[in-house]
Amino acid sequence: MDDPSPGVGAAAVPHPITAGLVLGVAVGVFGISFGVLAVAAGLSPAKVCAMSLLVFTGASQFAAVGVVGAGGSTATALASALLLGARNAAYGLTMSTILRGRLPTRLAASQLVIDESTAMATAQATPSDQRRAFWWTGLAVFVCWNLGTLLGALGGDAIGDPERFGLDAAFPAGFVALLVPHVRSFEGRVTAAIGVAVALLLVPVAPAGLPVLAASIAVLVGLRSPKGTEAAPGTAPTGEDLP
Amino acid sequence: MSWAAILGLAAGCYLLKVLGLVLLGGRELPPTVDRCVGLLPAALLPTLIAVQTLTTDHRWVLDARAAGVGAAVLAAWRKAPFPVIIVVGAATTALVRAFS
Repeated sequence: MDDPSPGVGAAAVPHPITAGLVLGVAVGVFGISFGVLAVAAGLSPAKVCAMSLLVFTGASQFAAVGVVGAGGSTATALASALLLGARNAAYGLTMSTILRGRLPTRLAASQLVIDESTAMATAQATPSDQRRAFWWTGLAVFVCWNLGTLLGALGGDAIGDPERFGLDAAFPAGFVALLVPHVRSFEGRVTAAIGVAVALLLVPVAPAGLPVLAASIAVLVGLRSPKGTEAAPGTAPTGEDLP
Repeated sequence: MSWAAILGLAAGCYLLKVLGLVLLGGRELPPTVDRCVGLLPAALLPTLIAVQTLTTDHRWVLDARAAGVGAAVLAAWRKAPFPVIIVVGAATTALVRAFS
């Protein structure tokens, strides 16, 4: 495994450290827009920064601020934010097979269990790369997200519209890159298709956050897969799924 | 949003993370459960892509984001490096937006 084989599989398996840092910077730019939007929704810069430090799960923060900004109740804001945050419990379960160690370490790691760190870690081929990807991505995103939030909250209207630079599409584009290793198996592709269908059908009728959460029932496809075929991608990565 | 609401949200979100990683985690899971949990990224990542690309609030929307993410899918399919995929997605969206 000494051969880094540049070019082959470079896209499928992002480098555990540099890819995490790049993602961190991208998230940081998005953190600026969160800071701007949250202040515009009526939160004080101190509250906005506290939110990014303590809540630290972007989709939930955007949901909470978005509901409040649109005049919704605090209860609705918290419900949508917590629904969105529930997927981090599933991510934590996935990561628990990779992140062992002492309790204080795991309690600290818990705060870093988010979309980016989990996706980056589960895209890696070996347990040690998975751990490195988790910590580097998680810490890079944590630092950049909070710096971005601070800048945005203080800068406020001085910063232009991040959508002008297409940054709202940067997240899904990143997720596209991270998805690749998970849809190599037939099982993974079926799961993805069912998940997307469920979520898109629910979007017009369900509260914010519920469609993404409900899409996780697509993993029940795993119940039907024949025993002894390939391992599930997240929990027992072997690296043999490289192209 | 009050300080109490923010702290409550923070506590709730942290507990959800701890629930998965510390409270439930580290156990030997039945193979079926293990397989389902392993498929979670395959379910949630494309769902996040679809919801963040094709919807606004509670409506289905086809706009510049779809062009950008489509370009990103093409880049990923052509095995472009990770940062390139992100830049292609954002730049395409910005361009389509600027000229539409």
